[in-house]
Parts: sequence; structure tokens; C-alpha cells
Amino acid sequence: MEDLIRVLTPLPVLLPLLGAAGALLVGRHPHLQRALSIVVLSGVLAVSVSLLFMADAQGATSVSVGGWPVPLGIVLVVDRLSALMLVVANTVTLGVLVFAVGQGVADGDETDTPLSIFHPTYLVLVAGVSNAFLAGDLFNLYVGFEVLLAASYVLLTLGGTAGRIRAGITYVVVSLMSSLVFLAAIGLVYAATGTVNMAQLAVRLGDLPEGTQLLLQSMLLVAFGIKAAVFPLSAWLPDSYPTAPAPVTAVFAGLLTKVGVYAIIRTNTLLFPDGALDDLLLWAALATMVVGILGAVAQTDVKRMLSFTLVSHIGYMVFGIALGTTAGFAGAIFYVVHHIAIQTTLFLATGLVERRGGTTNTEKLGGLAKASPLLAILFFVPAMNLAGIPPLSGFIGKLGLLEAGVAVGGVGPYVLVAGAVVTSLLTLVAIARVWGRAFWRPRAVDTAEEDVAAVRPATGTATTTEELQAATLPVTMVAATAGFVAITVAITVFGGTLYGVADRAAADLLDRTPYLESVFGDRVIE
Amino acid sequence: MTPTVVLPVIVAGLYAAGVYLLLDRSLTRVLLGFLLLGNATNVLLLSAGGVAGLAPILPVDDESEINDPLPQALVLTAIVITFGISAFVLAMIYRSWRLVRDEVVQDDAEDLRVATREEIDADERDPELLSPADRGPGDGFSVEAGPHPADGTPSDDVGLELAQVEAAENESAEARAVGDVPPTRAGGEPAHREEEH
Repeated sequence: MEDLIRVLTPLPVLLPLLGAAGALLVGRHPHLQRALSIVVLSGVLAVSVSLLFMADAQGATSVSVGGWPVPLGIVLVVDRLSALMLVVANTVTLGVLVFAVGQGVADGDETDTPLSIFHPTYLVLVAGVSNAFLAGDLFNLYVGFEVLLAASYVLLTLGGTAGRIRAGITYVVVSLMSSLVFLAAIGLVYAATGTVNMAQLAVRLGDLPEGTQLLLQSMLLVAFGIKAAVFPLSAWLPDSYPTAPAPVTAVFAGLLTKVGVYAIIRTNTLLFPDGALDDLLLWAALATMVVGILGAVAQTDVKRMLSFTLVSHIGYMVFGIALGTTAGFAGAIFYVVHHIAIQTTLFLATGLVERRGGTTNTEKLGGLAKASPLLAILFFVPAMNLAGIPPLSGFIGKLGLLEAGVAVGGVGPYVLVAGAVVTSLLTLVAIARVWGRAFWRPRAVDTAEEDVAAVRPATGTATTTEELQAATLPVTMVAATAGFVAITVAITVFGGTLYGVADRAAADLLDRTPYLESVFGDRVIE
Repeated sequence: MTPTVVLPVIVAGLYAAGVYLLLDRSLTRVLLGFLLLGNATNVLLLSAGGVAGLAPILPVDDESEINDPLPQALVLTAIVITFGISAFVLAMIYRSWRLVRDEVVQDDAEDLRVATREEIDADERDPELLSPADRGPGDGFSVEAGPHPADGTPSDDVGLELAQVEAAENESAEARAVGDVPPTRAGGEPAHREEEH
């Protein structure tokens, strides 16, 4: 068992990287490339699921890469949190890949867009995400971030149209800035402690003067806050995500911000357990929720509205983290799992809306509920889930967070609880507007079809009248989206089990000894 | 061992210049700013390794005569990453130049539209509130526009589509029978039946 977990741990990073190399080699054979990517990601998912079962059964385990002993080499650590994140991340990436394959085949764009780039880059992205979740070393975490960011730059600007280049530049420059802050923080951490191993840092950082600790923690939080899109570091997100192709936006919105949230959780539990910045985080969480959702209410484009709700709901997770209690972290972890699935599903459903209606602008959409009842269901269920309508998982997550907030008590948490409820209601308003306009109202006569093309010239789907008429929904895309809706419902049905895992993961995080023991064995290296 | 003041001053200078350049709208300057910031961070990492001028080579007699090799390894990794990303940003700048003959950070058109729009969902209450460019041919409630016209939009459900066409026909027949809307109109405003009720 112990040996098996040691063999399995590096695979979520290794397999996609090797797969990416293979996908590049077979770039001239699209069918082979697609099959290879799907097989590799299925394998990674299987590995992640078994890692989760093993980690949940026996706690944290660490692997020294290359057999170098702990303070010298790089370690990969699997505990309940990272295994859970791996499973969710790989489920999402596999599902979105199926959707993307369906879209690619339907669009027939193997010839006119460089699709051979998509599969290798996508696999590299998965490797980067897995590496970030497994990293037991601050610099390895940085490398994981860089790998996933470099891949995301390519995916976001796929095809190189004017709109995507414009959005890509914002995204790249902001991400570079956050990477530099992170790297500088690593330099300062190393200067102060002489190590970048996270378990060793957990021991050594506590001995530093309070001011130094505060500086290091705030630099790391700024770097991760940009990636997680925590207000006021969130303005880049709604500008850059909506222009990308639907599957890319879906996986970015679902996953990439949550990698930032994961890093914040690690920083606040393992490295700086004192909670010196918890109050600041609490107010940042409130601002993220409220500003994000007010932005969402003002939007007329479905993708932009969803991007703003994404920012807003990051606030819920930061709220849980800022509470600093087991219940708070458990709520945050459950909410991360729920939100990854739900946000991806909504963006995929919006991809279908765009395909069916030719646009995602609610001023031009209409009558979709009658035109395509199946699509309406695929959008409605996750939309209600996002708004937190009982008994769906959004409600479970929000309830857990609110209970944790009330349990802590005090002015801050109570204000946050009120803010969270208001945000939830405003989410319902934003969602209901989209539903009412795009699905329920009758479709207006659209004489100016060229308008559709003018709204979002870069979307790469149906643009001409003929294509619009022929815009039926490919089976693979619908099946992938339906699968995601089923997963979000499953998160609701198995909410108790999942919340149990989140609870145990949170207890591990606050305890810290399982993580430290897994890295050091029974001797603690000062 | 006396700490050197030169490296921190260099780091500070590079950071200042880098941030200044990064705030420019010209993309080439942004890239130059990024390069300066990257180098500043590399020097910062390097100075975490110990006094300048010592080699990270074993064996040594005195522990203080060796430089820490780890930051140098980190810097090497960071240099490679910066190099790769710079190449990518250069390619994007070139692409931007090819596409829009400009290498300046552009405004988000949809952002501007949302910011300058007079009222949200204005067309639902009065199409006149919309700027002419945004105004659709019908507001979905007038008879001319007609709810669910058989405009050839393919439906997933054949039965539903038939029902739609029937409903539309019934409704217009009803309107004619009631007589509150003349069947033909010579120009003029579209009738707003919903609003009058």
C-alpha cells in the first residue's frame, strides 16, 4: 500500500507531460491525438481517484523525487486536500476535453486552426495544475504555476484573433506580475529561513520576528490573490476569460482560480498558522463577493456575467479561509469542489447557448427554452445550483460556510454572513435575468444577422446566417455537458460523504502534524 | 562579513524602472518592464545566497567561504522561464501589430458598452432608450415582430415547432378579430400592446 502510493503520486504530473510529448509527435493525425489525450487523462483520473481513497484511509504521504533525502531533494506530498483537488481537477479536465473534441469535430477546424496545438498544451496545463496541488516545496509550487500559466497563455490566445490577443495581453501581463511577486517572495523566504521545503518552512517560519512573517505572508497572499482573483486583484478576470473558446473558458474558470485558492489555503494553514492576516482576508472576501456580484448584475453578456459571478463566489472560499476554524476550512474546501464543477458546467452550457443562438448577448438571445428544451435544462439546473437553491450543493456549501461564520461570531463574521446572503440573492437575480431573457422571452425577429457576428467576432462559432441555421448541437458536446450536470447533481447527492472528506482534510490542515510527519518521518528537521 | 549595499540598490533601481515601464500602454515598454522586473527578482534571489564573489564549489575548509548553490539553481530556472515567456509576449506584440497596426493595450469594447449604456434591460420597457445600433427590429412584444415567428430557426423538437407556428397564427388571427391592431400599417411606430394593457 505504502509502496503503491509512492509509485502513483508522481503520475498525475508525469503522465500528462509524456502525453503532451506524444500528442506533439502524432500532431499530423488528429484522431490519434484525440484518442491519446483522452486515454492519458482517463489514466490520470483513475490514479487520482485511487490516491484519494488511499489518502483518506491513511492520511498524508510524501515522495522524495529521485530518491534525494528530504532537506535536499524535492518532495511531492499527497494529503486529503491535495488528493481531493486532484480528483476534481482531473474529472473537470477530462470532461472538458470530451466537450472540446466534440466541438472540434463538429466545427471541422482541424485544417484552418492549429488544433494540433490544443491537445499538447491542454495536457501540459493538466500537468501544471497537478504539480501545483502535489508540490511540497515552495519553488516547485512556483514551477507548477508557471507550467500551467504558460499553457494557459497559449490556450487563451488560440487562433490569435484580434479579440483574443487583446484579452490575452491583459491576462499575460497580470499573470507575469503575480509570478514575479511570488518569485520575489520565494527569494525573501529563502533569505530568511534558508529553505524552500514547505514542511521545513512550517517549522522555521514560526521562529522569525513577527514583522518578517507578516511581510512574507502578505507577499505570498498578494501573489496567490491575483491568481485566485480576490478583490482588489480581480479586475483582470472578467476582461480576459470571456473571449477564449468555450471549453478553454470553462476549464480556466473552473480550475485556475481554484489553484490560487488552494495555494492560499496552504499558506494560511501550513506556513502561517497564526492567522495574522485573517481580518484583512475577511474584508477582502466581503469586497470580492459584493463587487463581483454587482458587476455580474450589470452585464448583458452571459459569459461576462458568469465571469463576474466567478469572482464573486471566490469571496465565499476566502470567507471560509479567513474564519480560520475547522468548520470554516471544511466549508471552503467543499465550496471549492462544488464551484469548480458548477462553474465549468455553466460555461459549457453557455458554449452550447452560443452555438445554438449564435451569440451570448442576452439582448439578442431569446426563445431558447422553446427552441431547445434540453439545453434549457442543462443551463437551468447548474444555474439554480450556483444561486444556492436548496437542496443543491451550492446551498449545502453556503449553509456550511454561514454556520461556520455564526459559530465564530463577532462583528466581522456576522457582517460577512449577511454579505454572503445578499450575494446569494443577487446571484439569483443575475441568473434569473439571463434565464428570463435568453430562454423564456419569445425570440425577436433578428433581421440583422451580421449583428451577431459583430458582437463577438472572435468566438469562432456560427457567424453567418447559413451556419446559424445549421447550428444544431453535436451529440458529444451535449453529452459532455449533461455528464457535468450529472456530476453537479452527484455532488449534491453525495454531499454528506464529500463534506466528510472536506471535514477530515480541514482537520488535517489545522493539525499540521500529519503533513510534517509524512515529510520528515518521525524526526523533525529543524 | 559586511553585507554589500550595491546589490539592494541595483534591485531597487531595477524594480522602480520596471514598474514604471510596466504601467505604460505601449506593449514593447511593458515587455521591457517585465524583463527589468525579472532581472531585479533574479538579483534578489541571488543575493539571498550569500556574499557576492564566492564560488558555490566544494570542498572548502571554511564554511563561510562557500556560496549557497540553491539560489543559483533557482535563478537559472527563473531565467529560463522568463526567456520563454518573453518570446511568447514578443510574438503576441507582433501579432497585435499585424492585426490592428498598433501595439498599445486596447480597451475592452464590451466593458465600454456596459459602462456607457443608459439603462439595464432598457429594451424591455422601451426600445427608444436603446441606441439605434443596439435596437433590434422588434421588441418581441409587438405584433409585427410576432412572438416565435417561423423564421426558420431549426428546432430540436418538431412537435414544438409546429405548435409554435400554430400559436403564432392563432394570435395574429385573434388580434385581427379584436381589431385593436390594424392588419397592415403604413410605417409609423410598432404597436406596443403589452405596454398599453
